[in-house]
Amino acid sequence: MKCSSATASRRKALKAFSVLAASASLAPFAEASVTTLSVAAFPAVDQILKAALPEFQKKFPHVRVEVIGREFADHHTAMTTAIATGSKLPDVMALEAGFLGRFAISGALEVLSQPPFDALQHEKLFVPFTFQQNRDAHGQVVAMPTDIGVGALFYRQDVLSRAGIAPELLGKSWESYVEAGREVKKATGAYWVTHARDLKDIIIRSNLQPGEGIYFNEHKEVLVESARFVRAFELARTIREQRLDARVQAWSAEWAESFKRGTVATHMMGSWFAGHLANWLAPQTRGLWRTSALPDAAHAPWGGTFYAIPRRAANKPLAWELVRFMTLSPSLQLSAFKAHDAFPALLETHRDSYLDQPVAFLGGQAARALWRDLALKTPAVPLHKLDALAEEIVNTELDKVLSGRKTTQRALADASRMLGQRMRHSA
Amino acid sequence: MKPLIKLRWAPYFFLAPFMLLFFVFGLFPLGFSLVLAFQSWDPVQGLSSMTFVGLKNFAFLLEDDWFWKSLYNTLWLAVVSGLPQHLVAIPLACFIHNRLGRWRNAVIGVYFMPYITSTVAMAILFSALFSTDYGVINTTLQFFFPMQAIDWLGDPDNIKPAIALMVFWRYVGFNTVLYLAALQAIPRETYEAATLDGASPRQQFFFITLPLLKPMMLFSVTLSVIGGLQLFEEPFVLTGGRGGSDQAGMTTAIYMFRTAFEFSDFGTASAISWSLFLVVALLTWATHRLFRGKKEAT
Repeated sequence: MKCSSATASRRKALKAFSVLAASASLAPFAEASVTTLSVAAFPAVDQILKAALPEFQKKFPHVRVEVIGREFADHHTAMTTAIATGSKLPDVMALEAGFLGRFAISGALEVLSQPPFDALQHEKLFVPFTFQQNRDAHGQVVAMPTDIGVGALFYRQDVLSRAGIAPELLGKSWESYVEAGREVKKATGAYWVTHARDLKDIIIRSNLQPGEGIYFNEHKEVLVESARFVRAFELARTIREQRLDARVQAWSAEWAESFKRGTVATHMMGSWFAGHLANWLAPQTRGLWRTSALPDAAHAPWGGTFYAIPRRAANKPLAWELVRFMTLSPSLQLSAFKAHDAFPALLETHRDSYLDQPVAFLGGQAARALWRDLALKTPAVPLHKLDALAEEIVNTELDKVLSGRKTTQRALADASRMLGQRMRHSA
Repeated sequence: MKPLIKLRWAPYFFLAPFMLLFFVFGLFPLGFSLVLAFQSWDPVQGLSSMTFVGLKNFAFLLEDDWFWKSLYNTLWLAVVSGLPQHLVAIPLACFIHNRLGRWRNAVIGVYFMPYITSTVAMAILFSALFSTDYGVINTTLQFFFPMQAIDWLGDPDNIKPAIALMVFWRYVGFNTVLYLAALQAIPRETYEAATLDGASPRQQFFFITLPLLKPMMLFSVTLSVIGGLQLFEEPFVLTGGRGGSDQAGMTTAIYMFRTAFEFSDFGTASAISWSLFLVVALLTWATHRLFRGKKEAT
């Protein structure tokens, strides 16, 4: 069909106008369809999130994700306030394992094991203990794990060699561990641990009987006078009496200095501690540290991060998509592990060859493979709402034992009385 | 031109910004905290979980070992860090006032500096100074005296003196400035007349300076009492937020903060804050009575 040039130009103009009109009418719609998801996190989870966002936005181009990063303690205080008031409540919040119980047990988090969510479908994909920690008071899943911490022993190979101590002696029993400390102190002058409390922290988390939490059992009875606590207090007292601990608080300037100067020979902490040592605590001690399982075949979870959706969040379906994306992607978890030492909670990532590679900072030891094995043996520790308070009460009573003001029995009896008093008050 | 608002509404209009801010940031938190003191509330469960419990929170405090311990720590620190501030600040202010010439302002500036420095920066500095194995204080002490290193921040017996030293160091300059201002208001003629009458400098200090400083002493001691009983930042940062070994440095303000934000018990925390308020009010009243009583006696 032929047409004049004037008609053609009119048609072109009309076409151009219609395209413009269409785009103009669609523009507000397109803008309106963009949903903003807010995610609150702490370092380095906020960085992991930011790094993963381009990939997520490829899958969900209509979603804009706003990451709100705060310092560790500030973040959890801010989340408490946000839930209490409903103001500035994020759609997704990262929660550290130590804080999870407080939020989970109070019923502030969305249940992810009920439709439309399907968290339980993925249970077998994760390290077992971490998928038991993420439950509320009714055993329902309220958070998804992203990284884990398994308790491990770190020791200075060079200091042990100077004292002629075989590393195997450390793991045999708590008694042989303390004995090795005595020898090392005598031969080198180095403190064995940063604080006597470190031993107590591990021992009270070890060998939990079925139905037992750290401080309470399933019948809400206080357990602090049990043999577990007596042994923990007595060993801590031995460490203090023999002057084997540097008496420094974890994360204090003195604590950091003791690693820098190499005045402490061993330290028990989460596997992620190696990353802290290598990156900022004592990078100059590269090649001098090694890691092993905790003494006396003890296994304890130590930290870890979870993503949760607040019950009153605005965009729950999309929030769930983001949580799934962050927790179920093996490649993403591996990148986070490589960049930030965030040990993956996802079992598929554990099969990557990266975990078998030697760790240069730990003298070429295949440490990640060791931690992987430890993770599988680590039991879940049931949580209680008053765990934070119980820990403080027990620590304060231990201080009294360490300074010689109370006997172990008296201190534990007082701790039990105070906990009972608190339970009655909060009931 | 017609005014935008009627004249009779103008005062309210201009007062509105202040009233609004005062209500939101002053009156409302005060009232809310008073209501909370009679409630049981875990903030993580939301506002709807608030339950009225009457005086239960206050009754709990009466039998709570930690509350009494924190109160003891607070009073100890208020006295041991507060009293020397004034005992040093008054003679120091007199010395600066009478003896220093052109260096006067520079010296005042140096003494005032800790008061305007960030508490966190100071606490970090003091943590380094008090370090058992690496601190300057122990190194210096061990240089002069053969002795075991003192565990300043780990031993319950040493925590309070360490905190008191830091608080003293921070506020002595502030009090010196207050007393200097008061000294400048004392007429020179009074001293000249006393000198002519044969009064020694010591007699002038005790019979002229001190009595005329009394109004300022009342003011600055009242500030010290209120500030000392609300002490939070210095012990919080110095003891890693926990109050130190055996909670020897846990003040009532720290205990209140921890009860709310670590133990998630806002009801009890509010009861602690109102109990502390009563103690502050009582001791402030006692301070006034003490000074008024002395004034009447003289």
